[in-house]
Amino acid sequence: MSIRLYIPLDTSARAVGADRVAKAVVAAAADRGVDIDLVRNGSRGLYWLEPLVEVETSAGRIAYGPVTPRDVAGLIDAGFLTGADHPLRIGNIESHPDFARETRLTFRRVGLIDPLSLPDFEAHRGLNGLRKALALAPIEIIDQVIRSGLRGRGGAGFPTGIKWKTVAETRAERKYVVCNVDEGDSGTFADRMVLEGDPFMLIEGMIIAGLAVGADKGYLYVRSEYIDAFRVLEKAIAIATDAGLLGRSVMGSGKTFELEARLGAGAYICGEEMSLIESLEGKRGVVRAKPPLPAHAGLFGMPTVVNNVQSLTAVPYILGEGPEAYEKFGQGRSRGTLIVQLTGNVKRGGLFELPFGISIREVVEGIGKGTRSGRPIRAVQVGGPLGAYFPESLFDTPLDYEAMAARGGMLGHGGIVVFDDTVDLASQARFAFAFCAHESCGKCTPCRLGAVRGRELMDRIIERGAGPVETEMLQDLTTVMTDASLCALGGLTPLPVMSAFKHFPEDFQRAKALRSAAE
Amino acid sequence: MARHRRWDAALAKQMALRLADKEGALLPILHELQATFGYIDDRAVSVVADVLNLSKAEVVGTISFYPDFRSSEVGETVIRLCRAEACQSVGCEHLVAHLKDTHGIEVGRTTSDGRLTVESVYCLGNCALGPSILVEEQPFGRVDTTLLDELIAEARR
Ligand SMILES: Cc1cc2nc3c(=O)[nH]c(=O)nc-3n(C[C@H](O)[C@H](O)[C@H](O)COP(=O)(O)O)c2cc1C
Ligand code: SF4
Ligand code: FES
Repeated sequence: MSIRLYIPLDTSARAVGADRVAKAVVAAAADRGVDIDLVRNGSRGLYWLEPLVEVETSAGRIAYGPVTPRDVAGLIDAGFLTGADHPLRIGNIESHPDFARETRLTFRRVGLIDPLSLPDFEAHRGLNGLRKALALAPIEIIDQVIRSGLRGRGGAGFPTGIKWKTVAETRAERKYVVCNVDEGDSGTFADRMVLEGDPFMLIEGMIIAGLAVGADKGYLYVRSEYIDAFRVLEKAIAIATDAGLLGRSVMGSGKTFELEARLGAGAYICGEEMSLIESLEGKRGVVRAKPPLPAHAGLFGMPTVVNNVQSLTAVPYILGEGPEAYEKFGQGRSRGTLIVQLTGNVKRGGLFELPFGISIREVVEGIGKGTRSGRPIRAVQVGGPLGAYFPESLFDTPLDYEAMAARGGMLGHGGIVVFDDTVDLASQARFAFAFCAHESCGKCTPCRLGAVRGRELMDRIIERGAGPVETEMLQDLTTVMTDASLCALGGLTPLPVMSAFKHFPEDFQRAKALRSAAE
Repeated sequence: MARHRRWDAALAKQMALRLADKEGALLPILHELQATFGYIDDRAVSVVADVLNLSKAEVVGTISFYPDFRSSEVGETVIRLCRAEACQSVGCEHLVAHLKDTHGIEVGRTTSDGRLTVESVYCLGNCALGPSILVEEQPFGRVDTTLLDELIAEARR
């Protein structure tokens, strides 16, 4: 009988050598005449342990990591194919303290199953949500999503069920479900992990959305940087189509739903839903003014649901296990789980699915164990390039939508970037403007020109320090950008800038301090 | 350049025709052209405009909007280096400086021997294990100057 082994095909695991480890394992097993069955799975999300190798043994799945190609021969000789002891042996990864503290609802199968095996997916509660949805009227599906309290995970936090209801109630000859897989925020990769680790879950979520709103076609817009994840997704769509999950009659129900994946082309702004729709239509990704909302007139002028991956993938759980099972996690108006992506200068980074409400400190210190450089943490940026920089004094802020907003920040897509004490927040503020200038779609002046002016102003501040004049200019400029930009790229760039200015004023005075020290 | 075909108008037209029936076919066609030829030749504009019944201005406007679409050939190996926040926090700018100081390579340019192009990108989705780069389609994480030197040497070999 062959021995089943798991080595991730996940991009981050591959970035630290998973392919080379897989090759070494296959070669070493062949040398020794051992028959193995190698599954390329998603990552468990504990990235500091990648490449993680799991072996199926009579005592369950035993993990070893991080494994290098050079470790492989030694591991085999030590008997790791039967779960034997070795310095790299972790045991069952689900008992690892950092995994065990998680509440995995959406990510329960990621890393566990063979991402492209429908039988494996079904054996782990896959399709339960869709089966239930097929027995419900559209309005009942929507009602369950509303009752779960699910809010959009793409950044804005809009209630998903309400969005679906609007589309369902809009009459039209055609409707669309669009999944936003642009995931452009630095510090995030949860959507990629779904594509690589459990793509059928996303397909299931999209079909349910289609049934709920009356759409029979869906698109996934995937950023081109995720080319490998895109290929996994395309394979999953083909498999789901062959199996009758997608197509003319979804699981024999007589209802049609088809899916097509499309690649973006390197523009961050195409994550904004109106720009994304323009891009899917084959045009420049210039942001379209709202109204009309996409729910009324979106893709090709038709009513369109645009949702983030994490919004859509919460739905199979909600339908399958019931809205209460989801809603019971979280706090206040932030229900269910938050997909935390802990990144940057951190010792133990990765993806952790946790109920809303855990504090920043528990994440960066409790799970992350401080910086990778070993120096003190000075700042975190939460919520991507448009999110605020927080100092240590705000680390007790709970991670939920309202608590973050109350302290002048935002959760965004759940990314946390850790910086040590070598960071210069004036440079980070400059970068925020430069990024906005680089990515602006050009439609409105406050963003297109404001960002360039802001970058120049920050150059001056970095060179000379922020006096009263510079301070006033910075305030005026960011106020105009906040108030008069058409979309959140121009509108939220002031958030990282002014949070850096507010919490780290000394970095905006460094040039002056240096000058007076020299005098 | 073995990995890409030479410009061929008939082939370009064939590719455009094959995808023309898709909704919003322009981006898929442009991706296909670039994958085949390595860049989007100026001569492709009228071919695509004809097939999709668009004005040339619309096609040119779309090509120029998206950073992915290149209007000229690039080096034999393309390295994309992430310069977004999570990679900044672990020193990606040191790599940029190292490329320049040690290898004379400017990010955003192709080396004069045509062997190598290094481009900036903003996030490769490997933010827990940065600094991150992509050599063609192969991702690398926790990149330091030693690894970078090896990858450059390999690309120039
Ligand atoms: C500049 C900008 C970039 C965005 N990028 C993304 C993205 O990469 N992924 C995403 O899901 N939403 C992104 N959004 C939010 C979308 O506009 C939209 O709110 C979201 O896709 C709706 O889905 P949800 O309700 O499920 O969150 C972005 C918004 C802006 C202004
Ligand atoms: S704020 Fe910037 S990105 Fe958004 S519409 Fe205006 S110019 Fe375009
Ligand atoms: S910020 Fe560099 S990979 Fe995400």
